[in-house]
Amino acid sequence: MTKLDYLKETPSQTAGPYVHIGLAPGAAGFEIYKQELGRDIAGPNAKGERIRVEGLVIDGTGSPVKDVMIEVWQANAEGRYAHPEGGGPVEEGFRGWGRVITDFRTGEWGFDTIKPGCTPGRNVGLQAPHLNLWLVARGINIGLSTRMYFDDEAEANATDPVLNLIEWQNRRATLIATRSERDGSAVYRFEIRLQGSGETVFFDV
Amino acid sequence: MMKPGEYYQRDRRAHPPARTEIYRTSVARSPNYALISLQNSIGEITGPKFGHGDIDPLDRDLIYNYAQQGESAIGERIILHGRILDENGRPVPNTLLEIWQANASGRYRHRNDTYLGAIDPNFGGCGRTLTDENGYYYFRTIKPGAYPFRNNVNSWRPAHVHFSVFGSAFVQRLISQLYFEGDPLIPQCPIIGTLPDPTVVERLTARLDLNATIPLDTVAYRFDIVLRGRRSTLFENRLEGN
Repeated sequence: MTKLDYLKETPSQTAGPYVHIGLAPGAAGFEIYKQELGRDIAGPNAKGERIRVEGLVIDGTGSPVKDVMIEVWQANAEGRYAHPEGGGPVEEGFRGWGRVITDFRTGEWGFDTIKPGCTPGRNVGLQAPHLNLWLVARGINIGLSTRMYFDDEAEANATDPVLNLIEWQNRRATLIATRSERDGSAVYRFEIRLQGSGETVFFDV
Repeated sequence: MMKPGEYYQRDRRAHPPARTEIYRTSVARSPNYALISLQNSIGEITGPKFGHGDIDPLDRDLIYNYAQQGESAIGERIILHGRILDENGRPVPNTLLEIWQANASGRYRHRNDTYLGAIDPNFGGCGRTLTDENGYYYFRTIKPGAYPFRNNVNSWRPAHVHFSVFGSAFVQRLISQLYFEGDPLIPQCPIIGTLPDPTVVERLTARLDLNATIPLDTVAYRFDIVLRGRRSTLFENRLEGN
């Protein structure tokens, strides 16, 4: 019998402690590229509410993970992704993708973007506004996928098909960021707990 | 009518699990609970696109992309080349591939690296390129050195190049490391030891490729990368689940 001729996905290895050299050399301490990628998620022309998102990634000992890198992938305010299958055209300069680096001393991270709109569900209905997040770091053997939802979207969150897929209601709260105001602008706080009490929900996407 | 469907389920048995005691840093950074399986929706089958306006042609030449005028990085000059394919064997064109590595003495240009291997003033240690329409890529660089790291007291990393690749959907996103054929440190490395099956490292090993060398100038290694494949939808999905 002949074997099926599919190839196998290349195995993952940790991004290691020096991921910044490759993906954000400015954070590693040197300038090399004319343009670092992922610094501006929404671009100047994006419609919708300008927001800031801040947080910490916390390990199983309760300590901040100071060398994590997070990638963000999101829809625009109309719920469209910047991709041929993303649901339609987006604003000029809207990429919806970004790279987030921590402060190496504290582990704090933050980024500016716009609040996304609802996106279509897999078959029916709508998904609540959310950011898709992907985490890599030393000690993370394969990138971790999660989502960040918004606490001021309680109605949309209540019917979101992905949140409702999480059997344990108390774990859904690990995906919801908390809104506050700072100097008249919206700031969302989102802690990602890799392990232990309040462990964030991670997805096999 | 066939149309593109979901991406093939990731075969987690071929990847390291989150918690691997042999690699000690993973122990406190690994989720205890099982991952929750998510069928693809619009945010999973899409992903960022990059173009030639995002990068510079010199970005793929690590021997010169950080060197001062008239100088070049120190070390064994190598070409690193290959193709990016999906699990169906189809090329992945126009996708962003980024690499980073230590210099010839095993030292990274990073504010957190304090290893005593010397910094090479002409070597930055990162590069990036887009695959062509056939999924082909190439870099020129120097062969990185081995270096110690804190795991066991006497743990060493074999020579390796980190790589990051996008594909066309965010679920294809992959970061990994490639090693060099014949390196005696490969079987000793705790990070390679996270792989569940020791034969898997073969798929992370670049092969000496004498046909691609530049004689009297640069030796070559070939390394192909495989991203998740996508199935075609033969029938309408059942209207249930997410």
